Amino acid sequence: MRYQIQPEDRMLVDEFRQNPYGRHSPGLLRILNRMRCVPLDGKYVLVCTKPFREWKLAIHGDRQRPIEILHDHVFTSREEAEWAVFKLRWKALTGEELN
Amino acid sequence: MLELLGYADRFSVAPGEVIEFKVSAFEGQRFRAEIVRLIHGDANPDGPGYKHVVVPSAIEGEYQGRNQPIEAGSSGVVPHHPAFAALESFTLLAMVWPTTPAKGRQAILALGEDLVLAIGEKCGLTGRVGSTTLESDAPLLKRHWYLAALTFDAASGRATLIQRPLHGYPGAPDAAMVSATAKGPGLADAELLIAAEGNPRRNHLNGKIDSPRLLACALSPERLEALLVRPLAADLLPDLVAAFDFAEGTRTTRIHDVGPHKLEGRLEQMPARAMKGWCWSGEEMCWWRKPEHYGAIHFHADDLHDAGWSTDFAFTVPDDLRSGVYAAHVWCGDAEDGTQEDLIPFFVRPRRGDRNRPKLAFLAPTAAYMAYANDQNHIRGEAAEMVIGRLVTYQPADIFLHDHPELGLSLYDRHADGSGVCYSSRHRPILNMRPKYSSWLGATGSGLWQFNADLHITDWLESYMEVEFDVITDEDLHAEGLALLEPYQVVITGTHPEYHSTRMWDAMRAWIDRGGRLMYVAANGWYWRIAFHDELDGVIEVRRAEDGIRTWEADPGEYHHSFTGEYGGLWRRQGRPPQALLGIGFMAQGFDICSYYRRQPDSHDPRAAFVFDGVDGEIIGDFGLIGGGAAGLELDAVRHDLGTPPHTLVLASSEAHSDIIMLVNEEFGVVPPNLKGSEHPNVRADMTFYDTAAGGAVFATGSIAWCGSLSWNGYDNNVSKITGNVLRRFLDPAPFR
Ligand SMILES: [Fe+2]
Repeated sequence: MRYQIQPEDRMLVDEFRQNPYGRHSPGLLRILNRMRCVPLDGKYVLVCTKPFREWKLAIHGDRQRPIEILHDHVFTSREEAEWAVFKLRWKALTGEELN
Repeated sequence: MLELLGYADRFSVAPGEVIEFKVSAFEGQRFRAEIVRLIHGDANPDGPGYKHVVVPSAIEGEYQGRNQPIEAGSSGVVPHHPAFAALESFTLLAMVWPTTPAKGRQAILALGEDLVLAIGEKCGLTGRVGSTTLESDAPLLKRHWYLAALTFDAASGRATLIQRPLHGYPGAPDAAMVSATAKGPGLADAELLIAAEGNPRRNHLNGKIDSPRLLACALSPERLEALLVRPLAADLLPDLVAAFDFAEGTRTTRIHDVGPHKLEGRLEQMPARAMKGWCWSGEEMCWWRKPEHYGAIHFHADDLHDAGWSTDFAFTVPDDLRSGVYAAHVWCGDAEDGTQEDLIPFFVRPRRGDRNRPKLAFLAPTAAYMAYANDQNHIRGEAAEMVIGRLVTYQPADIFLHDHPELGLSLYDRHADGSGVCYSSRHRPILNMRPKYSSWLGATGSGLWQFNADLHITDWLESYMEVEFDVITDEDLHAEGLALLEPYQVVITGTHPEYHSTRMWDAMRAWIDRGGRLMYVAANGWYWRIAFHDELDGVIEVRRAEDGIRTWEADPGEYHHSFTGEYGGLWRRQGRPPQALLGIGFMAQGFDICSYYRRQPDSHDPRAAFVFDGVDGEIIGDFGLIGGGAAGLELDAVRHDLGTPPHTLVLASSEAHSDIIMLVNEEFGVVPPNLKGSEHPNVRADMTFYDTAAGGAVFATGSIAWCGSLSWNGYDNNVSKITGNVLRRFLDPAPFR
């Protein structure tokens, strides 16, 4: 049984929001590995639509289906996209909305 | 979506020679073409930005494009022989090891369209004799050996299909024998196809085939195994038409028949050779020591050696064109996302035999570019997001690759049947070897990997150092050896020169020992042994044997290259760890952010004074376009027990890596719990210097990210300073002691 997000992990959310990349606490990395270790079918990926300026969220179909680009999920920075996906995955794993 | 793509018939071309470009414009658009010299490929607005200069040439102009498809899938072809047409009764047999029996129809042996032994839609064998189809309902188990045979007795009109497993599972529900009445097939002009059928080829097989046999009589089912025995029973000899021994000619693309006609066939699209056959026992692990155990060829429906496109234009390199990195720029529009253009890279090397050259050469790691060609781990791999510590980002080229698997695989991929890809060729478009391309793998910031990252080096040499240099490639080094390096006093590598043949390794060692000075501004170099093919250019082989960072593992008994017979795997496992050549060797990897170096006590040794001339402070490279630091992605460090020369100076070491960057698995036996960057002392890059008795030297940075910091702050920074100090000193012929 893999680790499940616990109520006290809420305190790690801010750490991710401040710094989505790099040196993370062991607790945050454990949550991120949990979120990132999911099947390709339905997995979130980013698609670069304007080099270094614009990205869109997309859903991988594990090559059973084309990559589905979500045209209303547009980001002007990759950090912004990381936070958006973190919130979606947090909701999926805990049922809880983050703001 | 991409609208056009191309490739060239070579990577490396000398003045006076011709390079041909092949373009596919998918909707038949007209396109324009020009030759450009690539200066800087990184479009990151935080750096110098994308730069090329147009080289006026006769190819400049507008062309009518055409769609040029790619037909992937390997097979064997034996031209028609009169003995085929003369067949009345027959036995067609092969040993087969299917890897995707549930994929649908896959041909095993086809003599024209009328006589076919195949895997059918019901996952069992199927046979066609004339207009009669025989089909087994018993599904084949994947990765198990079967005797597969189709017999026909012309006198009785009886055709029989036999599916006989070699395993001993009780009940053997996957055995089958089916008979029907048939009319003899029409075999006039029929050629024998192996692992495919029809023209154009279709229904490619995923799996191994061993010992195909053709006999001009209907052998009784209980005697079929006799066809596998050599020498063949005397009473069968008069009827023997063909008996193929795939172990013969393993290093070639030809297949041989040991029967009376000595038929010769050819392989298309390079299926894997030197593969264990049906009778491999494990008593011998090397194909050329016991060829009778290595009679199999592994065919794949996604093998691709040569896209086979026609040439659209050919460029004759002018005699006075400087050596450098170039591209054929083709475009049919100006979309900002780059989908209406392609930049097809090539390298202009010095004139052959010209030894009056600049003192410096950039060695383009073209073997590594081939190894990574069209890598799909970000498309197919579930672990990609974890190892890069951020969302996987696709460029339009990645989506195109996702949608077009026929572009062929890299040495990092597995075939659709799960077997590792051990051959890679450059005779096809390579989407991740392009200027402007950002790779999923290359850390935050610019995200460059291999070719485009290496333009950071050539840009710095040209735009900042303003030094004259030649460009030579791995393929040139393999072909010419030491003679290629001899004119140079200094060679600078790419950021990740990971793949070397024995000839390349020997040449570099000899050149350093004779006074050559190597700047290894890289990491994870001289890591895998590769082989080049004796007869075909632009294709390499790797066998991912034993250990190392491997995205697939070679099967036991398949550790020896088919191209050379050499034992494959890490150079470290051949008694030649990178530390012995470079001072440092592979230690850690992780692809999120990069860190910095701290000066070490050896940096104050008088022998190293030149390196730090004008460098203030203890911290080096805490900035950069790749991951925000000069130390990252992959890291190399010293290990004296692996051959770091004892007089090597450790000038600086990196620290404060993230926990995504971890020790590589060949560095431990028992898994320790402290593999992460913040816990393991060996997760670091060592910057080192050592000299040789003949006045040669190696300066090594131990980080793939190093060169991403060169241009920071208008090239005025301590990474650029250190690299420049070393280059100037290395170009100065004065001895080091
Ligand atoms: Fe690599």
